[in-house]
Amino acid sequence: MDWIIGFIFLLIKLLVILVGLLLVAAYLVLVERKFLARLQIRYGPNRAGKFGLLQPIADTIKMMVKEDTVPEAAEHAIFKLAPAVVAFTALFMFAVVPLGGDITIGGRKIPLVIVDLNVGLLFVFAMSALGVYGVALGGWASNSKYSLLGGIRGAAQMISYELSLGLSLVPIVMLARSFSLVDIVNAQADYPFVLVQPVSFVIFIISAMAESKRIPFDLPEAENELGAGYHTEYSGMRFGLFFLGEYVHMQVLGALTAVFFLGGWRGPLLPPVLWLFIKIILVSVIMIWIRATLPRLRYDQLMALGWKVLVPAALINIVITGAILLM
Amino acid sequence: MSSAFEAVAALATGFATTLKHLFRKPITEAYPEYKRPLPARTRARIILTRDPDGNERCVACYLCSAACPVSCISMQSAQKENNRRYAAWFRINFARCIYCGLCEEACPTSAIQLTPMFETCERDILKLVYEKEDLLVDHGGKDKEYNFYRYAGIVTDIGAKGEHIKEDKPVNVKSNLP
Repeated sequence: MDWIIGFIFLLIKLLVILVGLLLVAAYLVLVERKFLARLQIRYGPNRAGKFGLLQPIADTIKMMVKEDTVPEAAEHAIFKLAPAVVAFTALFMFAVVPLGGDITIGGRKIPLVIVDLNVGLLFVFAMSALGVYGVALGGWASNSKYSLLGGIRGAAQMISYELSLGLSLVPIVMLARSFSLVDIVNAQADYPFVLVQPVSFVIFIISAMAESKRIPFDLPEAENELGAGYHTEYSGMRFGLFFLGEYVHMQVLGALTAVFFLGGWRGPLLPPVLWLFIKIILVSVIMIWIRATLPRLRYDQLMALGWKVLVPAALINIVITGAILLM
Repeated sequence: MSSAFEAVAALATGFATTLKHLFRKPITEAYPEYKRPLPARTRARIILTRDPDGNERCVACYLCSAACPVSCISMQSAQKENNRRYAAWFRINFARCIYCGLCEEACPTSAIQLTPMFETCERDILKLVYEKEDLLVDHGGKDKEYNFYRYAGIVTDIGAKGEHIKEDKPVNVKSNLP
C-alpha cells in the first residue's frame, strides 16, 4: 500500500513537471521573440491574442497539422527517431533538478525532486552527451549535405564544450563534496557558489550556451550558411520536437545554473519553486540578450575558444580551488 | 593583459548598445492600425479623371494601352455628336498591372493617373478586372486645372495650327491613309 501512494505521488510530480516544462518552453519562445524584438526596436508577435499571448498555441497547432515529410533518400527509422532523442534527453535532465526542500503531505515526507540520484551531476552530463546523438544522427539520416555538415559541426562542438562544461563543475563538486544536485543546493545554504567560483560560473555559462546551440554558438544550424543545418529536412512536429528540445534545454541550463551557482531554490520570502523559476527565467533572458548582441563565431574561433581558453582556465581553476581547500 | 581588457570593454559596449535599444520606442509601423501617409505621386490604383468642367478627359487615343508593358489596358474608342472621341468601354486588369506608371506618362490629356491607394487585393482574381465605371472618378486627380481642349489646336500669340516654326500644315487624316 505504501509504495502505491509513493508511486502515485511520483506520477503526479512527473506530470506537473512535464506539463510545466512544455508550457514554459512554449512561452519561452514567445518571451524570446518579444524580448529579442524589443532589443532590435521592433514589436515582435502581437497579432494572436493580446500582446501575442496566443502565439505559442497558434504555433503548436500549425506544427501539429503540417505535413510530416521524410525525404526519399533519408534513413527513415533514424530520421524519425532523432528529434525524439533531442527532446527526451532535454526533458530527462530535469529529473534530477530539485524544485524545493522536502514538503509534508498527510504525514508523508515528499522530496520536491523526481529522483535524488547520488550521481545526479553525472546523469546530467550523460543526458547532455546523448543529446549529441539527436543532432548528429538527424543531420546524417537526412542524407543532405547541409544537414550532414550541421550534424558534424554539432557533434564536434558539443563534445568539445562538454569537456569545459564538466571541468567547470569540478570545483563545485569539491566545495559541495557530492555529485547529488540536492546536496549541492543544500551546500549553498549560507552563500551561493557564484560568489566563490566566478570563473567557473563564466566558463559554465559559455559552455552551456554552446551545448544548447544558442546564437553565438549556433554553428550546427547556421541559417545563412547551412540553410538550417541538421534540421533542414525536418517539417511539422518533428521539427517542432527539435525546437522544443532546444527551449527545454534552455530551461534545463537555467535550472542547472541556478542549482550549481545561484543557490537553486533558495531565496528569501517567496516559495522555493518560484525562486527557481525566477532564476531560470533570469538566465534565459540573459541568454536572449547575449543572442541579440553577439554575432556567430567562426568555426576555428569556436574551437580555439573551447580548447585554448575555456579548458585551460577550468583546469587552473580546479588546481587553485584544490589548493585553497587543502589549506 | 591590455588586449584582454580591450576585449572585455568591447563586449561591454556591445551589450550596452543592445540594452539601450531595449528602452527605445520600436520603429515598427503597425500596418492596419497605422497607415503611413504616402506621397501624392505614389504609384498604385489607377483612376480615370475628369477635367474642371466635369467632362471625361480620356479621348481613347490608345497611347496608354500601347505604352503598357504588360498589356493590361484595353478600350474601345467611339465618337460623340461633336466629333470628340471618348472610350466606349475601358478596362484595366489589375491582376496583371505592374504599377509602372508608363500609362500616366503616355497620356496626352492627363486622364489616366495613378493614386496612392494600394489596398486592392481580392480573393477572386476576376474581381481585379476594373471596368470604366470602376475607374472613373469625379475629380481632376493630381492635375486639377488642366483641360486638354483649351491647349490643343487653338490660336496662341505665336500662331494657329500649322503656323509655328518648322511646323507642317495640318493634313486631313482621312486623305493620307495607305
